[in-house]
Amino acid sequence: MIQDEEVDLLVNDLFELYGYDFTGYSKASLKRRFNRIYILDNFPSFAEFRYKLKSDPAYLKRLVEEITVNVTEMFRDPLFYRTLMKEVIPSLGTKPFIRIWHAGCSTGEEVFSMAILLHEANLLHKSLIYATDINPNVLEKARKGIFPLSQMKQYSGNYIASGGKQDFSSYYTANYDRVKFLESFTTRMIFSTHNLVCDSSFNEFDLILCRNVLIYFDVPLQNRVFELFDSSLNRLSYLALGSKETIRFSDLNSNYKQIGKEKIWRKMA
Amino acid sequence: MAENGMRTPSELIVIGGSSGSLDVVLRIVSNIKKEIGFTIVIVFHRKTAADSTLLELLTARSVLPVREIEDKDIVLSGVVYLAPPDYHLLFEKKHIFALDDSEKVNYSRPSIDVTFESAAEAYTSSVVAILLSGANADGTDGLKAIHRQEGITVVQRPDTASFPFMPRQAILHAQVDHVMSVEEMIEFINGR
Repeated sequence: MIQDEEVDLLVNDLFELYGYDFTGYSKASLKRRFNRIYILDNFPSFAEFRYKLKSDPAYLKRLVEEITVNVTEMFRDPLFYRTLMKEVIPSLGTKPFIRIWHAGCSTGEEVFSMAILLHEANLLHKSLIYATDINPNVLEKARKGIFPLSQMKQYSGNYIASGGKQDFSSYYTANYDRVKFLESFTTRMIFSTHNLVCDSSFNEFDLILCRNVLIYFDVPLQNRVFELFDSSLNRLSYLALGSKETIRFSDLNSNYKQIGKEKIWRKMA
Repeated sequence: MAENGMRTPSELIVIGGSSGSLDVVLRIVSNIKKEIGFTIVIVFHRKTAADSTLLELLTARSVLPVREIEDKDIVLSGVVYLAPPDYHLLFEKKHIFALDDSEKVNYSRPSIDVTFESAAEAYTSSVVAILLSGANADGTDGLKAIHRQEGITVVQRPDTASFPFMPRQAILHAQVDHVMSVEEMIEFINGR
């Protein structure tokens, strides 16, 4: 088992050798991630694990991929999507052009969910979805719009629970055990690496979604990311977080108004 | 427990339950007295559906405030906390919760092992872990971790559990300090 001091050593190595800054990550979770890959890759000792990381840049890629969590699904938390559809999308529709940022989009399942919502509201043609993640490998997958067929039953159920009324399967074509979503969705998406820890604001948005990313950060880093989002949001724009995440502990709290019970806030000032 | 007189006072009681433990959890929570000087955390395997029924059931029965945990919530004494579905529950350090949506452990998220292990690290000997009825082996490794840090391990008496597999696994493989009926657990918690 990797101990706390050893986690600190690894975090330090990652920063000094490769410029990846994990210092503001939640320690409890990060330690679990390090231990997981340490066991998965069968290292006989911490020293060998550390040596591998320091001496093999190819291994770094694997490590970063494995310690960042990439669990996601389409229409995750259907009630959230229902609120998005009913309360947020109509107000975005009044704008001449809609810019949306999915920060920490992982393999893109929620980006495609958003594209479906916009398509059904007849707004996709005037929307652009910027989808970013720290991890280039997951973005490569997201960009393709290809997902396992085996997931479609669950995703279609989520879609219906979100209030979707169309035939979900009309949005993709199946080929053996995989499905590919419509090209007309991908053409409205821009995928790019972006590290919330160190990269700055790159545009102004009408809606930022960052779901189940901030749980991996400690409170000071969360606050820095909230400032980044705040500086990237126009007035009356929206910020959407994961179902157990909150801006309650941040300075943003007073300028934002929560939309119902869901984790969606509107910037009022 | 007389032999525990010299132990660190308990700051945290973590209760882990799976199949067949809903009634037990409700009985425990409805019988906990108001003046407790510690925190109670319940990790319960449940469906990911966004229903708040369990929280409502617990709230209706408890004299203590009951809350579903949000990320980085502060751990307060005298409060009953419920782990949210579809996240692992960790302690960032003593007195701060953290959530994690990484892979399931023992086919479960939340996993009882994950929370017990994290509680053992953050609270060492001041934690009591209680494992209830269930049909899988979640909780056993967590109880081992609690024991290593000299916390107290309690398991529901298998013959009183609707699904005795989970408590039985723990008794077989972990170092269990007390095997108790539900009535004994209630008395034990109120006496901490």
